[in-house]
Amino acid sequence: MLKDLFRKQKKYATIPSEQAKKEIPEGIVKKCPQCGNIDFAKELEKNLKVCKNCDYHYPLSAPERIQMVVDEERFFEFDSNLSSADPLSFPNYTKKLEADREKTKLSEAVVTGEGTIGGYPAVIGVMDSRFRMASMGSVVGEKIARAAHQAATKKYPFILFSASGGARMQEGALSLMQMAKTSAALEKMHRESVLFVSVLTHPTTGGVSASFASLGDINLAEPKAQIGFAGRRVIEQTVRQKLPEDFQTAEFLLKHGQLDQVVHRSKMRETLIQILDLHSGGRVDRADQ
Amino acid sequence: MPINNGQLPFEKPLVELREKINELQKFTQEKSIDLSDEIATLEERAKRLEHEIYGNLTTWQKVQIARHPSRPTTMDYIRHIFTDFMELHGDRLYGDDPAIVGGIAKLDGVPVTVIGHERGKDTKDKVARNFGLPHPEGYRKALRLMQQADKFGRPIICFIDTQGAHPGVEAEERGQSEAIARNLREMAGFQVPIVCVVTGEGGSGGALAISVGNRLLMLEHAYYSVISPEGAAAILWRDAAKAKEAAEALKITAQDLKRLDIIDQVIPEPKGGAHKDPVFQAKQIKEAIWTALEPLFQMDRDQLVYDRHEKFEKIGVYHTVD
Ligand SMILES: [Zn+2]
Repeated sequence: MLKDLFRKQKKYATIPSEQAKKEIPEGIVKKCPQCGNIDFAKELEKNLKVCKNCDYHYPLSAPERIQMVVDEERFFEFDSNLSSADPLSFPNYTKKLEADREKTKLSEAVVTGEGTIGGYPAVIGVMDSRFRMASMGSVVGEKIARAAHQAATKKYPFILFSASGGARMQEGALSLMQMAKTSAALEKMHRESVLFVSVLTHPTTGGVSASFASLGDINLAEPKAQIGFAGRRVIEQTVRQKLPEDFQTAEFLLKHGQLDQVVHRSKMRETLIQILDLHSGGRVDRADQ
Repeated sequence: MPINNGQLPFEKPLVELREKINELQKFTQEKSIDLSDEIATLEERAKRLEHEIYGNLTTWQKVQIARHPSRPTTMDYIRHIFTDFMELHGDRLYGDDPAIVGGIAKLDGVPVTVIGHERGKDTKDKVARNFGLPHPEGYRKALRLMQQADKFGRPIICFIDTQGAHPGVEAEERGQSEAIARNLREMAGFQVPIVCVVTGEGGSGGALAISVGNRLLMLEHAYYSVISPEGAAAILWRDAAKAKEAAEALKITAQDLKRLDIIDQVIPEPKGGAHKDPVFQAKQIKEAIWTALEPLFQMDRDQLVYDRHEKFEKIGVYHTVD
C-alpha cells in the first residue's frame, strides 16, 4: 500500500502547492514553542509559519518550503525513486524508515528538483527534518550529489535549504562518506563556475554543517537557526563552562564571519531572486573560453 | 584500558600462559630437571591461544588496540617511512595547530607532502597536541600544505588518527564546520595523487577532513566511524557503557569498510597490533603506499581528479524503485 503511494508520486513531477495542501497540520490552532502565543493554523500559514508575536520561525516541511520559494507549479522533482536500504542491518532502522515514510509521505529526507524562482531557472534541494531529523544517509547524499551534477551540466544555480541533525548513524561509515561525496560533487560545480547558494535553516549541525551546507558561494540562514559542528551538550561537557546565550545561532555565526546574511522568512524569496538576478548575464568570460 | 605492561584485558590468558612457560624454563635451568616435553606442550598451547585470540578479535577488541597508548603515531610513521622530513607550521590565518602535523619529505627519494593527526607521546606532549583533536587552524594548515603540494605536483600522503575534531567554543567561532567542509571540497579537486592511511582512530568528520584520497587504506585494527561507539551507545541505549554493542552495530572495522567498498586495502598488523612492532608496521604501510601510488603515477592531472571523484561517487547503498 505504501509502495503504491510512492509509485504514484514518482511518476509525475510533484506539484508542491497540491502536495503542501495535504501537509497542513490537523490542529486548528498552534502554540508557539518560543513565546506560547496561540495562533490559528490558517493565520500562521498566511504568515509563512512565523509567529506574529515573537518572530519564531516554525520548521517547514520540504513541500511547504518549495511552495514558499519556487514559482507556482514550476517544480519538477528529481530522483524520488531512490529509497534507503539497511546496509548494516542496524537495529530498528527499517522500521524507523517505514514510519517516517508514512508520516511525511516522502521517500527520504531531501527533496531535489528543478524549477524557477522569479522566472530564473535553478536546481533546488530542500531537506525535511521530519524524516529522521533529515540526517544524511546514502540516499540524501546521492540525491544532493546528483542535483549538483544536474546544476553543473545545465549551468543552473543550485539553491539548497539545509536542516539536518547531521550524519545518519544507522548507515555508519557509508553515511560519513556522503559528506565527501556531496562536497566532491560541489567541487565539480565550483570548477564549472556554477553558483551555489546554501540556506541553513534550523537545525543544521554535524556532518551536514561540516560539508555541503557550509560551501555556498553565498551562505544564508534563517533567524535563530541553530548551526554548528559539535552538539551544545558535548561542548559543555568538554569545556565545562557556560556557553553564551546565542551560541551556535545564525546571529552568532554572522558575527563570527561564517554567514553572508541572516534572512527573515518573509524576505527569503526576494533575496534569492536578487541573488539569481545578480548572477545572470553580464558575465565577463575568461579569456581562455 | 591496558593492564600492566600495556597488555589489554583480552590478552590476559595468553600473558599468564607465557609467564608459566617462563617459570618452567627457569625451573629447568635452576634444578637441572628436564621439562622440555611440558614446555613444548605449553608452547603449542600458547601458539593456539595466540591464534585464537588475535585471529578472532571482536570489534571492541580492535577498538582497544586502535586506542592503545603505545600505538605508533603519525610522527613515528614519518620517521620510519620517509627521509628528509621538514615540518611546516601554521595556517597563515590564525595559528599553528599541533594536533595536525605536516611538511615535505622524501619517499624513496620522491618528494611528497605528508600530513597527519598527531596524538602525542607523553602526557605533556598529548596535552600540547590536544590529544590529536584538531581546531579549524589544523585543517586550514593541512589545506595550505595540500595546495602547496598541488602547485608543485607533489603526491600527498595523509595519516588519519583522531577521535574527532575538537568540540569547543573557539573551534565553533572560528568555523570548524567550514574548515572541514572546505577541505572535503578542495581535496576532491587536487591534481596530484592523494593516498590516505587510517592508522588508528578514524573519528567522524574530523578524520574525513584529511581523507578524501584516490586511495583509502586502513590498518588491520584501525577503525573508522561516523560517531564514537560511546556516543552511539549514549544515543541508542542512553548508556555509554554499551559502547561494545554499538561498535559492533556500526560496522567500523577495516574489514567492514572493505566489504562496504569504502576502503581499498587493509594493511596487515603484527600479531596483537602495531605497537608490538612499529618498524615492521611502518614497512607494511610503506609497501601499501607504493602499491597505491604506482597506478596513480600513470594518470595525468585530469585523470587523477576524475579517479577521486569516481571513487566517492560510488560510495553508498540504496534502492532504486522502478
Ligand atoms: Zn512566538
